[in-house]
Amino acid sequence: MKCFSRYLPYIFRPPNTILSSSCHTEADIISTVEFNHTGELLATGDKGGRVVIFQREQEVLVEEQTPDVVLGSILRVLKFSLPSLQSKNQVHRRGEYNVYSTFQSHEPEFDYLKSLEIEEKINKIRWLPQQNAAYFLLSTNDKTVKLWKVSERDKRPEGYNLKDEEGRLRDPATITTLRVPVLRPMDLMVEATPRRVFANAHTYHINSISVNSDYETYMSADDLRINLWNFEITNQSFNIVDIKPANMEELTEVITAAEFHPHHCNTFVYSSSKGTIRLCDMRASALCDRHTKFFEEPEDPSNRSFFSEIISSISDVKFSHSGRYIMTRDYLTVKVWDLNMENRPIETYQVHDYLRSKLCSLYENDCIFDKFECVWNGSDSVIMTGSYNNFFRMFDRNTKRDVTLEASRENSKPRAILKPRKVCVGGKRRKDEISVDSLDFSKKILHTAWHPSENIIAVAATNNLYIFQDKVN
Amino acid sequence: MFARGLKRKYGDQEEGVEGFSTVPSYSLQRQSLLDMSLVKLQLCHMLVEPNLCRSVLIANTVRQIQEEMSRDGVWHGMAPQNAERAPIDRLVSTEILCRTARAADGEHPTPELEDGSLQISASELPIVSSAQGQRSPQSSLWEMDSPQENRGSFHKSLDHIFETLENKNPSSVEDLFSDVDSSYYDLDTVLTGMMSGTKPSLCSGLDGFTAATPPPSSTCKSDLTELDHVVEILVET
Repeated sequence: MKCFSRYLPYIFRPPNTILSSSCHTEADIISTVEFNHTGELLATGDKGGRVVIFQREQEVLVEEQTPDVVLGSILRVLKFSLPSLQSKNQVHRRGEYNVYSTFQSHEPEFDYLKSLEIEEKINKIRWLPQQNAAYFLLSTNDKTVKLWKVSERDKRPEGYNLKDEEGRLRDPATITTLRVPVLRPMDLMVEATPRRVFANAHTYHINSISVNSDYETYMSADDLRINLWNFEITNQSFNIVDIKPANMEELTEVITAAEFHPHHCNTFVYSSSKGTIRLCDMRASALCDRHTKFFEEPEDPSNRSFFSEIISSISDVKFSHSGRYIMTRDYLTVKVWDLNMENRPIETYQVHDYLRSKLCSLYENDCIFDKFECVWNGSDSVIMTGSYNNFFRMFDRNTKRDVTLEASRENSKPRAILKPRKVCVGGKRRKDEISVDSLDFSKKILHTAWHPSENIIAVAATNNLYIFQDKVN
Repeated sequence: MFARGLKRKYGDQEEGVEGFSTVPSYSLQRQSLLDMSLVKLQLCHMLVEPNLCRSVLIANTVRQIQEEMSRDGVWHGMAPQNAERAPIDRLVSTEILCRTARAADGEHPTPELEDGSLQISASELPIVSSAQGQRSPQSSLWEMDSPQENRGSFHKSLDHIFETLENKNPSSVEDLFSDVDSSYYDLDTVLTGMMSGTKPSLCSGLDGFTAATPPPSSTCKSDLTELDHVVEILVET
C-alpha cells in the first residue's frame, strides 16, 4: 500500500534517564499518560514515582482549511468521516510539546504491619479542569492519592529590609533606611506542591481514579472497593462499592477499572475480572452494591478454553465523550457498548486475534495478564489501543477500517510519516510483514492518550514517550 | 473422545521416534496447566504484595481444571504425603508443557528429558524450598485451601514420572511409549475442543511452542490403571 499515515512523531524521553535505546532503568518505565482537558498539558507518570508534565508551545498558525482535509489527511487510505469538531478558518496551533515540570509524586514506602513494600509506581494521573491560573492533577500509587498543584512563578519580591539579596539575615544595626519590597520579573519557574494527601483508605491496590463532573468529588477504586472523596477532605471517604466476600476463600471476581460518567455526577461504571461492567447510580443507595445496569456478553461456546475467563477480564473501561457509550478492553478485543443495551456490545474490534493460538505460552510468561488501556478520540469516532512489539491500533468506528502503527525510534524519524504495519498470521510472509513468532512481547504499549480535540496522540512505549501529530497539508 | 486409561498395544501406534514429537495428550496438557498454575500461585514476589487480580484469575483457572477433572473422574482428592517434593514435580511438568521447538529438532527426547528435567529440578530446588519454607503462600493470598488438596494428587501421578525416568531399563522405556497418543493436536485447540465437547480435528495446526513433547511424560497415562487402584483407596467417597 502506498498511502501512509500522516502522523509526525516527536520523541520525548523523561529527563534523568541514563540509557541507550537498548537498556533502561526500571524506574523510567512510563506507567500512565494523560492529556488535560484543553490538551495544552500532557502528564506522564513512571515506575519511579515521578511525574513529568509537557506543555504545548503557543505557536499559532492561522490556516484556512476545509474540514475534510483535517481528518481526511490522517490516513488517506482509511478515509475517515468528517469531524464535527472543526469549522472553516479555524486557527490551528501546531505547537510542539516541551517539558514543563518534573516532580517526585510518590516515594516507596514500607508497610510494617504486613512486611510488604508499597511501590511508588504511579498507577494513574487524572487532571482537574482548570479553574484559575494553576493546574491541578490527581496522581496515585497503589495506596495513596495525592492532589498536586502546578503553578508558575515569574515574579519575585526584591528589596527586603531584614534580608539581603541572597536571603541572609542582615544585622539590624546596619539598617539605616526602610524600603518597600517590589515584585520584579524573574525567569519562569514552575513549581509543584502537594495540596492534599488522601491516604489510608485502601486495603488493596488502587487501579483507577476518576474525577466527577461536579468537580468537587472523585473516586478511587481498588481490587475490591471503591471510595468517594471530597477534594477538601482528606481524613475520610465514603465507601460506595464493596465486593469483598465475607469469606475470602470465596473470592472469584475483582474490580479492574472504574470511571464516572462525563456529565451525570451520580453515575459511574466499574468493570470486573469476569468481563462484566456494572453501572451504578449513587442516588439509589449509599452503598452501590446493587447495580443499576449490568453489561455482559454471553460467552461464545466455540471459543471456550481454560483461558476464556482470563482473556475476558476487562483491563480498562472508558466513557465516550458524549456519555452515550462505554468502551472496554479485554486481552484480545476492544468493545463498544451502548448504555441502553446491556446484553451485548454494539461493536467488537479484534486487536491481535493471532495471539489466540498462543494463549498457553502467554499464560506461562504472564503476558496474558497485561493490562492494556484504550482511548477515544475527541469526537468519539476513532478508538485506539496498544499491543505488543510496540504496535498500537486505531479503529474507525464509522468506516470500520483499522490500522496498525509502530512506535519505535528506528522506524520513525522526526517529521517522517508513519507507515502502517501488518502482522502475518501464517503462510507466506510478505516483505514488510512481521510474523507472529518474531513479535517482541517485552515491548508492550499499555498506555496511550488522545488529545481532547485535535489529532495528537501520546504513546508510551516502555520508557519512551512518542507524540504523534496529524500533519495537515 | 479417545478412551483414557486404556493401554494401547505397542503395535497399534506409529513406529519409532516419530511418535515422540507429538503434542501431549489432553489430560497431560490439562495436568501440566494445573501444575503451572499452582506454581504461579506459589512463586509470587513476596516482597511486594502480589497482584490480587492475577491471583484470582489463576485460582479460577485452577478451580476450573479441578472441576473438569472431577467430572472426568481423575481427580484424586486428598493425599497429604510428601508435599515438599511436589513443587519440583510441578516445575518438571511446566517445562514439559511449554517446551520450545529446540527440543523437537531431531534429538531423541528421552535421554534429554531425563537429564534436563532432573537438572531443572536440582537448580530450581533452592528457589522452591525457600518459597516452601514460608507459610503456605496460598494462605497468604486469600486463604484458598483447594490447592492444598492438589499437592497430594498430582504428586501421586508425577511421582510415577520420576520413578520411570530413573529406571533406565529398556523394557520400561517401551512401557513408557506404549500408549503415546499419536494424534497431532495444538494445545489450545485440544483444550478448546475438549471443553466444548466437540471432537478436535486432526492436524489442526502444530504450534511452534507445543511442537515437542517428551514421551516419558506419558507415564501419566501408562500408569493410570495402577493409579486407578490407588485412587479408589485414596478417594474419600
